[in-house]
Amino acid sequence: MTPDDRKFTKTHEWVKIDGALAMVGISDHAQDSLGDITFVELPSVGKKTAKGKACCVIESVKAASDIYAPLSGEIAAVNREVQSQPETINKDPYEKGWIFKIKDFSIAEFDDLMDSQSYEAFVRSEA
Amino acid sequence: MKKTFFYDTHIALGAKMAPFGGYEMPIQYDGIVKEHFYTRQEASLFDTCHMGEFRIEGKNACADLDRVLSCKVSTIKQGQCKYGFICNPQGGVIDDQLIYRFSDDTYFMVVNASTQHNDFNWIASNISTDTKLVNLSAETAKIDIQGPKSVKIIQKLLEKPIEGLTYYSFMNNCFMGNEMLISRTGYTGEIGFEVYCDEKRALKFWNDCMELGAKPAGLGARDTLRLEMGYPLYGHELSENRNAAESGFARAISIDKEFIGCKTVCDGVNIKYLLSGILLEDRRAARNNDVVVDENDNEIGLITSGSFSPSLGRAIALAYIRKDLCRFGVRINVRTDRNKLAGSISDMPFYKLSTARKKMSEFL
Repeated sequence: MTPDDRKFTKTHEWVKIDGALAMVGISDHAQDSLGDITFVELPSVGKKTAKGKACCVIESVKAASDIYAPLSGEIAAVNREVQSQPETINKDPYEKGWIFKIKDFSIAEFDDLMDSQSYEAFVRSEA
Repeated sequence: MKKTFFYDTHIALGAKMAPFGGYEMPIQYDGIVKEHFYTRQEASLFDTCHMGEFRIEGKNACADLDRVLSCKVSTIKQGQCKYGFICNPQGGVIDDQLIYRFSDDTYFMVVNASTQHNDFNWIASNISTDTKLVNLSAETAKIDIQGPKSVKIIQKLLEKPIEGLTYYSFMNNCFMGNEMLISRTGYTGEIGFEVYCDEKRALKFWNDCMELGAKPAGLGARDTLRLEMGYPLYGHELSENRNAAESGFARAISIDKEFIGCKTVCDGVNIKYLLSGILLEDRRAARNNDVVVDENDNEIGLITSGSFSPSLGRAIALAYIRKDLCRFGVRINVRTDRNKLAGSISDMPFYKLSTARKKMSEFL
């Protein structure tokens, strides 16, 4: 089930509002397509993000993939656990597998993203 | 895109499919890392029906094959197989293959999927007119069953005892009342077998093996398993433009006979690079065509395959490195699209606990 407490991008990231921060990870569909995740390059805290621009990298046994910032803002926190145990993203992409948090973003940009139903329809249309 | 006899089986098992060598093939079922470890510890089934099989027959077959192949065919004993290259006149590799000696006049050759038509035409144009070359690929099913548990599983299913089968030997066994060719070979480093038969028996054999505890594994795990052993993959480590001797597989090249390409292959002057293992320091993988540089950033080689190694927990790669710099432990860096990865030249296999060469009796 795709959780409906968050929004999604066409590049398969999810964003969940967490107080003043926006928490970001990749969707279950994305982790399943990537396969076993073996390495996560986290962005640096303090780095500015631009909506739609690559800001970190996930590698799986098969390939390396960019993760795109879903919102413009600044990296406020990163999840060190996925760095030491990248498979956490495969096991729990929506909770323990979060990757970074953004601050100073615009809520209008967040509202523009897809809700879970639209995202599911988008994934089906891509298949 | 062609389908193997097992296409419907793969779909039913929930495999992720992708094109490989002209066939729609399973990349993974349960996950590459799980399938990798299941092969190392238990037993895995690989659909290898996409590969090509030829029969070569006639009183000149042996001499013809000794001209076409880099390995020595005349000294192969009946019941044994040998790995070797099909070289072009420039010493490049048209394909790598396994040759089985059925009798003094009859041989069986197994080649790669994408190269099989080219191989067939090349061999046909380089053998005597009275040597018969038959393409058996369309009607031959091939399954690899690999892993420590594979021995017990197949012994339960086959009628004749397999205990005497040594590494790189084969036998005609019997399954469901019909002959089944099995060789103690494979591409994973684990003890195991390559099995050849018709479609009907292959489907039954696959299901019977699964009932006895074998699980399917896809091309993803096949690749990480072979990489941990340092085995070459055609199109990556081997190609028409790369001198066969640079691969370093000396046992596959006979220097005391004439074969097509031998002048270039056997003259050390032409060997400028050597296939080497690269052990990266971290989990991040190098990929095909990434450049290898020395500590002063001078280009010294090229990556041909690379991946995260499940067994080692870090990234490994194969690379052609300038011959004069090939020494174990030499520190290098790999320039990737995104980064520079630190590592060193390593001996191979990367994975040292493989079971392929162990005594069969340990597993029965």
